[in-house]
Amino acid sequence: MFSQLVVNGLVTGSVYAIAAVGVSLVYGILRLVNFAYGDMMAFGALVAYGCNGPLHQSMVVAALAGMAATALLALALDVALWKPLRARRAGFMSLFLASIGLALVLRQALLLAAGPQPEAYRVDPYRVFVIGSVRLSEAQTIAVATAAAAIVVVALFLARTTAGRVLRAMADDRTLAAVAGIDVARATRLAWAISGLLAGLAGVLAGLVEYSFTPDFGFQLLLPVFAAVVLGGIGSAYGALAGGLALGLAEELSTWSGFAGGVDPVYKPVVAFVLLALALLLRPQGLFGRARVA
Amino acid sequence: MTTPLLEVADLAAGYDDALVLHGVSLTAAREQIVAIVGPNGAGKSTLLKAIYGLVRPRAGSVRLAGVDVTGERPDRLTRRGMGFVPQIDNVFPTLTVAENLHIGSLVLPRAERQAELERMLELFPLLAERRRQRAGSLSGGQRKLVALARALVARPQLLLLDEPSAGLSPLAIDLVFEKLLEIRALGIGVVMVEQNARRALALSDTGYVLDMGRNAHSGPGPALLDDPRVVELYLGGSRRTASSSTSTSTPSGMNPPTK
Ligand SMILES: Nc1ncnc2c1ncn2[C@@H]1O[C@H](COP(=O)(O)OP(=O)(O)OP(=O)(O)O)[C@@H](O)[C@H]1O
Ligand SMILES: [Mg+2]
Repeated sequence: MFSQLVVNGLVTGSVYAIAAVGVSLVYGILRLVNFAYGDMMAFGALVAYGCNGPLHQSMVVAALAGMAATALLALALDVALWKPLRARRAGFMSLFLASIGLALVLRQALLLAAGPQPEAYRVDPYRVFVIGSVRLSEAQTIAVATAAAAIVVVALFLARTTAGRVLRAMADDRTLAAVAGIDVARATRLAWAISGLLAGLAGVLAGLVEYSFTPDFGFQLLLPVFAAVVLGGIGSAYGALAGGLALGLAEELSTWSGFAGGVDPVYKPVVAFVLLALALLLRPQGLFGRARVA
Repeated sequence: MTTPLLEVADLAAGYDDALVLHGVSLTAAREQIVAIVGPNGAGKSTLLKAIYGLVRPRAGSVRLAGVDVTGERPDRLTRRGMGFVPQIDNVFPTLTVAENLHIGSLVLPRAERQAELERMLELFPLLAERRRQRAGSLSGGQRKLVALARALVARPQLLLLDEPSAGLSPLAIDLVFEKLLEIRALGIGVVMVEQNARRALALSDTGYVLDMGRNAHSGPGPALLDDPRVVELYLGGSRRTASSSTSTSTPSGMNPPTK
């Protein structure tokens, strides 16, 4: 029972983690809290559904198509919306409100395009892998394996590659990055592209894990993803990874009967936020965040 | 006459509705140190930012080796060989020392980056010991060195420095000024803004005194130190203390000596 919950937690947590890194990358570089991220995830999930369902493509092809489409969406939105706002020196609050507006527009557009009915990927819900006392559905297995691979790739990208280093430098200090010779506009596009790829991937994996999803399911994902970002220390990509995993685990483990009889699963989101509140009380800058002076 | 490395003519710039620079001119040459001094708020930092495209010039021009670069973007100026070390926030705190230098080296052709990086670590042995340490965990003086090395690794022809000695211990100040002489010996032109006016003028080839966004005085650095008008107005104290300070360090150059 306990190990099953741990595994379930890792499955949910790894999806949160991937999305949280995507949010965190853009926040770190643009100080933009992207409220539309959940709906970008839903967009990726739906594009992948279009490929997997009606177009009969394999899940891998569908996921790649969903990721690519979401990355393009992110880049297009930067050109059409965020770049003009930056040029007008929009402040933190204006950007935040713009992202809320964008979220509403995206969500309605997705509902119009795809209809309100739930969709499901073509995976066999009855195929189950049993490892010891742990049971994993095919969808869960795909999700956790892909997410683990993606997390390793993202962590290595940020730590080892020049592009990853440039993104971290931009997150530290955008002006200094320009002074050091970095083409800030180009690096910003790179951040959006990666954030979009991760949104698409997280959306597809969330769709797999939840088995069936509606075009507006992004909004429910948004809150735990943001909680993961804050828990990890907003703007820190490594922190977002850890925050996502910690949050997924906490949500699942709270239902464990050994833990004061277990919390009703309905209250999982509440558990997530209680944990977040506690963590912030103890460490206001987040798990991996830097304490800011002034 | 050869074209000067940097030629700033009648530069005017400011923030939103406040004009700070009302037409400032200066020239700098290769293998020379130019010191800009002046009271707080004179517009020294604004001048460097306007030269460097961080504040948009409203009038006047900036030429680098004869090429008009007025208002050009900072990353382009860096690629053209103009380096800048800001007064504050001059390192990437979550990056290691080596990563900071690597970022600086990206404007070089890929094949040359590593060698240049190694050369910097030789020039700054203090940093070599700490190459894997996060820049944010270094002391103020060590950060200044990281910032200096980050700018130098791009092999600039011209280096703009905003207050290289501010907030440093006397020992660290000695170290930074020593490095400036080494940098000049590499053939690089240095333009620095300094609060520590006596020391800065003493080692500079040319000095400029800025006041209220205008050129007030200029001339060979050590000569400015002996100019009674400059001493009275901006250095405080008598000529005697001014000239005797050219070889020894004097704390806080802009303040009158306490009696
Ligand atoms: N970001 C800014 N926005 C608005 N006004 C500014 C800004 N930065 C500087 N100023 C104003 O411009 C004037 C010149 O400032 P500047 O920083 O250039 O002076 P400085 O000579 O470098 O002074 P210090 O010796 O204190 O560093 C000051 O009156 C200051 O208030
Ligand atoms: Mg200044």
